[in-house]
Amino acid sequence: MLRFFYENRAQIFELTLEHMWLVGAAMVLAVAIGVPLGIALTRRAWLRRPVLWGANVAQTVPSLALFGFLFSVPWLGARADRMTIAALTLYALLPIVRNTFTGISGVDPAVREAARGMGLTDFQLLRQVELPLSLGVILAGVRVAAVISIGVATIAAAVGAGGLGEFIFSGLSMVNNQRILAGAIPAALLAVAADSGLGLVERRLKAHS
Amino acid sequence: MSAESPDSVVLEFRHVSCRTEEGRPLLSDINLEVRSGETLVLLGRSGSGKTTALKLINRLREVSEGEVRVEGRATAEWDPIQLRRRIGYVIQEVGLFPHYTVERNIGLVPRLEGWPEPRIRARVEELLALVGLESELRGRYPHQLSGGQRQRVGVARALAADPPILLMDEPFGALDPLTRAEIQREFRGLEQRLGKTIVFVTHDLREGLLLGTRLALMEAGKLAGTYSPEEFLQATDPTAAAYVAAFRAAEQ
Repeated sequence: MLRFFYENRAQIFELTLEHMWLVGAAMVLAVAIGVPLGIALTRRAWLRRPVLWGANVAQTVPSLALFGFLFSVPWLGARADRMTIAALTLYALLPIVRNTFTGISGVDPAVREAARGMGLTDFQLLRQVELPLSLGVILAGVRVAAVISIGVATIAAAVGAGGLGEFIFSGLSMVNNQRILAGAIPAALLAVAADSGLGLVERRLKAHS
Repeated sequence: MSAESPDSVVLEFRHVSCRTEEGRPLLSDINLEVRSGETLVLLGRSGSGKTTALKLINRLREVSEGEVRVEGRATAEWDPIQLRRRIGYVIQEVGLFPHYTVERNIGLVPRLEGWPEPRIRARVEELLALVGLESELRGRYPHQLSGGQRQRVGVARALAADPPILLMDEPFGALDPLTRAEIQREFRGLEQRLGKTIVFVTHDLREGLLLGTRLALMEAGKLAGTYSPEEFLQATDPTAAAYVAAFRAAEQ
């Protein structure tokens, strides 16, 4: 087993990097879209049902099917890595949007009232009060999104985007257990590392509020 | 500091009515004037509309009819942010920012207004002394303070940018009786030194008599009358008389 890992270490390493790139790009996009969206939900009540419904649907669609849908979307469907990053971003949206919304809504109403009464603009309220106080919760959402993404990214290999799923799929078709594990174990380790790494940051942030 | 002459009207309610979105009346035809330097106590039971009236002044609530005038201008004409920066606001739950030290909490508005750091630091020191807190508390976080200390910080924070008007909504209501009595006494001394125009909401008659220069009695969204503390104790109006009777009963 270990010998297989050792002999193929170059390829495992390359696939791991590919995997991390796919997940990383998607996470950046998901945070860039999801956090502002979550903030918007706290300001505009009418947005809540449609947006949360949409994000829920995106999560419920089975991953392979989602890849299938995206295949027919122009530009996105043209390249395997674009399609994958798009799919991963959609999957990561719900936890991030929801946690941003919950985190900000969960700020002590007395604090919000005092801040408004003092003459803080909406932007100052967000930046000085709401975001710092919800950072821990938002990060928890990012953490969940990251772990989900790492798992779903293994499917990317099925559409040719690379990543650790390559070993899993080829291992399955070749009925080679070692090959399967050579893909599955690093993916699992990646997920655990992301979970504990972000968990550490989360605890640090929560200690301050 | 306020440049108003002692007799000038700083706050006015003109035929003010306020309703909830569903149409339930909260305030009906309130007419009231508050002069520079006085402490007007809005006294009333829960649900009498006193907090609603208070929040109309800094536009945390909007009027349905009539107008509230602050320093001669209708609140609707003021930029809400500018309006609130001229008004200190103290609430019962205090609402200190838990992630800021005492110093950063107090210094927030001055910082937003662009004061230079040394001036902010000096101001914080001055305010801590004013509200009776040791200077070394400046680096503490709210969760490390007692309830009484927190509310003192709340008052200091409201006074930080030296606003001419102060709004206080049952600020000492959540404190234990001993701390409350102590803070009330100190605040009474502070009132006289500060010379600000204060609107103070309370349901506690004793507090109103102690701290107010004038009492405005509210009942079911209407203004039942305004009195000096002495006048209130002699009042024949049934609502006022009921209040005084309950007060006297509690004194036994």
